Amino acid sequence: MSKNDKVLIKGNYAIAQAAVNAGCECYFGYPITPQTEIGEYLSGKMQELKRGYVCAESELAAINMVIGAVSTGAKAMTSSSSCAVALMQEALSYAASDELPVVLVNVMRAGPGLGYIYPAQGDYNQSVYGGGNGDYKIVVLAPSTVQECIDLTYRAFYLAHKYRNPVILLADGLLGQMMEPACFGEYPYPEIDNSSWELSGAKNRNSRAIYSCAKDEQKQIEHINHLFEKFELISKNETSWEEFETEDADIILTAFGSMTRNIKAAMKVLREKGLRVGCLRPITLSPFPHQRINQLAKSGKDFVVVEMNMGQMFKDVRYAVNGESKTELINRPVGEWLKVEEIVSAVEKIMEKNYAASV
Amino acid sequence: MQQVFSIPKSMKEDFKYTFCPGCDHGIAIRLLAEVLDELGIQDKAICAASIGCSVFIYDFLNVDSIEAPHGRAAAEATGVKRARPEKVVFTYQGDGDFASIGLAESMHAAFRGERITTLMLNNTTYGMTGGQHGPTTMMGQITTTSPTGRNREYYGYPARMAEQIALADGCAYSARVALDSIPHINDAKKAIKQAFQVQLDGIGLGFVEILSTCPTNWHMTPEQAHERVRNEMVKTFPLGVFKDLSEK
Repeated sequence: MSKNDKVLIKGNYAIAQAAVNAGCECYFGYPITPQTEIGEYLSGKMQELKRGYVCAESELAAINMVIGAVSTGAKAMTSSSSCAVALMQEALSYAASDELPVVLVNVMRAGPGLGYIYPAQGDYNQSVYGGGNGDYKIVVLAPSTVQECIDLTYRAFYLAHKYRNPVILLADGLLGQMMEPACFGEYPYPEIDNSSWELSGAKNRNSRAIYSCAKDEQKQIEHINHLFEKFELISKNETSWEEFETEDADIILTAFGSMTRNIKAAMKVLREKGLRVGCLRPITLSPFPHQRINQLAKSGKDFVVVEMNMGQMFKDVRYAVNGESKTELINRPVGEWLKVEEIVSAVEKIMEKNYAASV
Repeated sequence: MQQVFSIPKSMKEDFKYTFCPGCDHGIAIRLLAEVLDELGIQDKAICAASIGCSVFIYDFLNVDSIEAPHGRAAAEATGVKRARPEKVVFTYQGDGDFASIGLAESMHAAFRGERITTLMLNNTTYGMTGGQHGPTTMMGQITTTSPTGRNREYYGYPARMAEQIALADGCAYSARVALDSIPHINDAKKAIKQAFQVQLDGIGLGFVEILSTCPTNWHMTPEQAHERVRNEMVKTFPLGVFKDLSEK
């Protein structure tokens, strides 16, 4: 089998093998449904390749092992799900402040609390806004297909090292457990030189210390400003999204992750009914495509956000729209994914309400 | 003239001493630096620093260091070692960091037999936050959160880490030492050296519990504090080598 052949593969296995292809040198993890296959797959693979692997004693330990590994310039990752990713938030705050290229895969399940193992999208806020303390930014990538699980895992490693910033790959139980044809190809990004900062032993140079402890207020201010300037650069260079038939659209359906699949299908049905509907789906949830959404809103297009939570991305869309047009929400907190026909009828109701005169 | 005493090359030349007068951190760090020098590993050593007074280790050592969140030093050291097995990796922690909030990470690193060295200073209190009751506070000891002294009813018993860590199959060396006298300081240095040697030999995890003073929070002079170590602490925390697999 060549790297360019299509294979039928589960999302979790796709993420795991993509990490191997990306050159991930160490994986540290703790089991939790619905992402456990990632650790299972890598336990064998990493040993076969003589790379680092630890069944960590907890998610706290797992993410801190990643911090240790990436502090040496190595590529490393952990994977987990929702309530256990909550345990990792302290470490993400440290890693963001320490500018460490941590890669974290979150295959979302339902919350709050233990919730359950069915899919959900309730970790948008946890990922994009962070559950750790202080001002920091995480890069968040949201795949919608198994192919994108591969592509965005590659991108996660690249962006983490390019910008020395933690990156979350935000998938969900649906994607993790679903099989689709996908192609691995080659890791498409250049390798990043970490030699200016990595810990390698103070040989023929002064020692290096990576820490967030700030004893000097002015330096702390400068450091936080630096982190946010860096994120501005990431926003400028890396913000990405997909659009479908937005040009003539009156209404733009917006979703992230695997819900993208359903809004695209709903768009087709609504188009067949003669309604001018388009789709926009952010690929990077952080940085978020605020500018593009604002631009479309200014040209009079309304937004309908479809998501499996109580309206977490909805707030970002509304912020981006900034009152230029209408924003509506179609949602369910957890459980069975909103079906295409449910989205269609909800959009029709919104159109009746908002465009009573024209429909 | 012959120079008979100098700053170890594993220490920074321009450090500012930031610990309280009479604190044993100074002695412990000096011993650590001497060991790194003598084993010739300063340039391949990587330290996982911890939270508490020990966080400032990277201000003193001329060694690459990463700061771990509170309690996670052994996990970070594990990550460093797994990514770069050729490096010499160690943690420098207090008892609160190692034995309370980080107990799981500390114990599991020992269970797994990580080829790392872990050092824990036991001063029977949370020093940096002003002397609260911790996992190693001795029975009857008065702290700001045990105002009438540690009792069985509310606080239970102190944790003896050197004995506990020695029980782990992956632990290659475990010892408890003190810094209250010249002979004890010499023993402490030997123990620290051995805790690195078992890592270098790939046998397993090396651990040293270092009984140390906190005169400020004990409300004692440095001399009284060392007397407390010598006369009281060793009764709860006996000195000695609890495991040394390199002897076999």
